[in-house]
Amino acid sequence: MNYAVEVENIRKTYTSEIGTTHALQDISFAVNSGELFGLIGPDGAGKTSLFRILTTVLLADGGKATVNGFDVVNKYREIRSCVGYMPGKFSLYQDLTVEENLNFFATLFGTTLEANYELVKDIYIQIEPFKKRRAGKLSGGMKQKLALCCALIHKPAVLFLDEPTTGVDPVSRKEFWEMLKRLKQQGITILVSTPYMDEATLCDRIALIQHGTILSIDTPQKIIASFPHPLYAIKSPEIYRLLKDIHAYENTLSCYAFGEYLHLIFKEENHNDELLHFLTNKNHEQVVLKPIEASIEDCFIELLK
Amino acid sequence: MRETVISTNQLTKQFGDFIATNKITFEVYKGEIFGFLGANGAGKTTAMRMLCGLSKPSSGHATVAGFDVNTQPEEIKKNIGYMSQKFSLYEDLTITENIEFFGGIYGLTNKQIAEKSKDLIERLGLVKAKDQLVGSLPLGWKQKLSFSIAILHQPKVVFLDEPTGGVDPVTRRQFWDMLYQATENGITVFVTTHYMDEAEYCNRVSIMVDGKIEALDSPDGLKKQFNANSMDEVFYQLARSAKRSDN
Repeated sequence: MNYAVEVENIRKTYTSEIGTTHALQDISFAVNSGELFGLIGPDGAGKTSLFRILTTVLLADGGKATVNGFDVVNKYREIRSCVGYMPGKFSLYQDLTVEENLNFFATLFGTTLEANYELVKDIYIQIEPFKKRRAGKLSGGMKQKLALCCALIHKPAVLFLDEPTTGVDPVSRKEFWEMLKRLKQQGITILVSTPYMDEATLCDRIALIQHGTILSIDTPQKIIASFPHPLYAIKSPEIYRLLKDIHAYENTLSCYAFGEYLHLIFKEENHNDELLHFLTNKNHEQVVLKPIEASIEDCFIELLK
Repeated sequence: MRETVISTNQLTKQFGDFIATNKITFEVYKGEIFGFLGANGAGKTTAMRMLCGLSKPSSGHATVAGFDVNTQPEEIKKNIGYMSQKFSLYEDLTITENIEFFGGIYGLTNKQIAEKSKDLIERLGLVKAKDQLVGSLPLGWKQKLSFSIAILHQPKVVFLDEPTGGVDPVTRRQFWDMLYQATENGITVFVTTHYMDEAEYCNRVSIMVDGKIEALDSPDGLKKQFNANSMDEVFYQLARSAKRSDN
């Protein structure tokens, strides 16, 4: 049994005056030791509930789960000492300084910053100049780095990161994923959630998750390879009118905006020329149509259908 | 000559020694979708707050919907729409109540509110859900509803601060369809986003670095200028040189 995380039929339902929400509907999966595993899905997919169950701060309504071989209910103490958890919402002490927060968490886990310094060094040196500053006064990116340092301070076996890059600009997101790669190289199993589909390809394996169910689970490459249709990219200078006209074309199965291009799936193949002719009649000029490989976002859209 | 809806000249906001927004000058035209991009901490929010009449510039000028940000902030507030990812609607009011509330805030008559409310609820397919609390709606629905309410009073310009953060990819596209429809009705859209594919959907895009607008053009124009294949690359080239950042 080499799984770092094993989830079996986990179920969680919330009931309030607003109604009943099935946050997790009997989901099962396993994360291998040393893996960088991504939970990819939008807000409300159930990612946070799952993280909270696995880090023993929330009880599931049904099912079983283990982390590092320990049961999340009976062995919660063991789990708490061997995992790191960075919640989506900043949860450190705002009125303690950077240094005080680090010392606090180190003491809780019976260690010191120095003991596992190699692990956090890369990240820590970026916040070290501000070590006397209160956490509440740090910028968003600095808070994120401090939170990651605190989550790593006891050299956890498994690291849980709940949407660490949400609302973060593309440059900082790239840097954050570089940090994750380096942590993975040090043997830490990482479970990370994100609503950004483009980050999926940076994981070893991913689970696409929506409405509390797993839509697909595999390596990003295999999920992409399993995309069921030939996919085309198409553009013209009048892109929004192009989208509307393609929706009106009889052999269009689906067409949606995708950055600079539209992505297009035909009902039947070999209608490229017919479509181009159709668009010429609608006065579209400089139309570019080309086959492309699907991205994770295309796969997600397909699975939501 | 296109009608100008937002015009800024050397617009600046300084907090102590820190120049959050540094002499930005640009124009936004009627009916366009204008993408306002920048790294975290580049000064976007500060600039947007000034344009919404919520924060007084330290120096420089700007007009929004024909009103001066320095002298007529209250007029601006009446003539713009605003939504953000963080605050959009009251979760513990129903859909209908939220529409009534914001309609009232925007100064619509009861008759106008009733008409617009019916129309909006039908258009969004929310007839069955109209008496449900907004808190019970999925995020994507909330954002679509929130945008519809932000333009309930037919403002000249609507400001959107990361409206699609965390929204699923299908709903995100439906949301952008709504933006295109709004522009066809003459509403100007001013939007921030961290999704670079969405930057491609804008007519023009500005990129802020360290308080200044370092680039402004159509997505195609920017890609040519920076010899890049995608907006992601353009953004990366500009933002990685940032000295001041939120990191």
